[in-house]
Amino acid sequence: MQLSHFTAAIIFSFFASIVFGVTQRTTRDDMVRYGAKCFVYFVVGTILAGWAMWVVKR
Amino acid sequence: MAKSKADAAVLPHEQNSMAIIAPIVGWLVPGAGHLIQRRWVRGAILLTCVAAMFVLGILMQGKVYGPNGGDLLDMLGFVGDLGAGCLYLVTRMMDWGQGAIQLASADYGTKFIIVAGLLNVISAVDAYDIAIGKKE
Repeated sequence: MQLSHFTAAIIFSFFASIVFGVTQRTTRDDMVRYGAKCFVYFVVGTILAGWAMWVVKR
Repeated sequence: MAKSKADAAVLPHEQNSMAIIAPIVGWLVPGAGHLIQRRWVRGAILLTCVAAMFVLGILMQGKVYGPNGGDLLDMLGFVGDLGAGCLYLVTRMMDWGQGAIQLASADYGTKFIIVAGLLNVISAVDAYDIAIGKKE
């Protein structure tokens, strides 16, 4: 099974965010909110890191 | 009054035993620490996420670390993998996973396996927090 780097990062972010949400918050709404926030941070961080590496490479 | 004293005498003992059992069971089987405390949905979600990450890592031909005394990162990789409990033990017994990374994307698989173990440790700690009443 071969995934692109971005797809792998998205899948990674998805599952990790869910576990963070369930374990780090108490109420259901807080879990959903925190999980969604973590997912956005993961994805935005991935994109920013990708662009940073592109700049470094140039 | 006497009944409440009896309850007070029993409750800490029950909590103490669950505080020991829940994290161990939660480490061995992802989400099981929550399931034995009747947190069905949370347990099922944790089981699904940790198992999915671990299996995807294996399918991506990620490396499964064995006990080693070599490179520091290899030792940390082993500790991370071991966090997955039975998933890791079964994988080692069945000789699944790769001994060495042969594809660029397989490096992601290796990280998936390690992080699945680390996430399982977090969920086992969460099961402990529930058992001691720190969390609902």
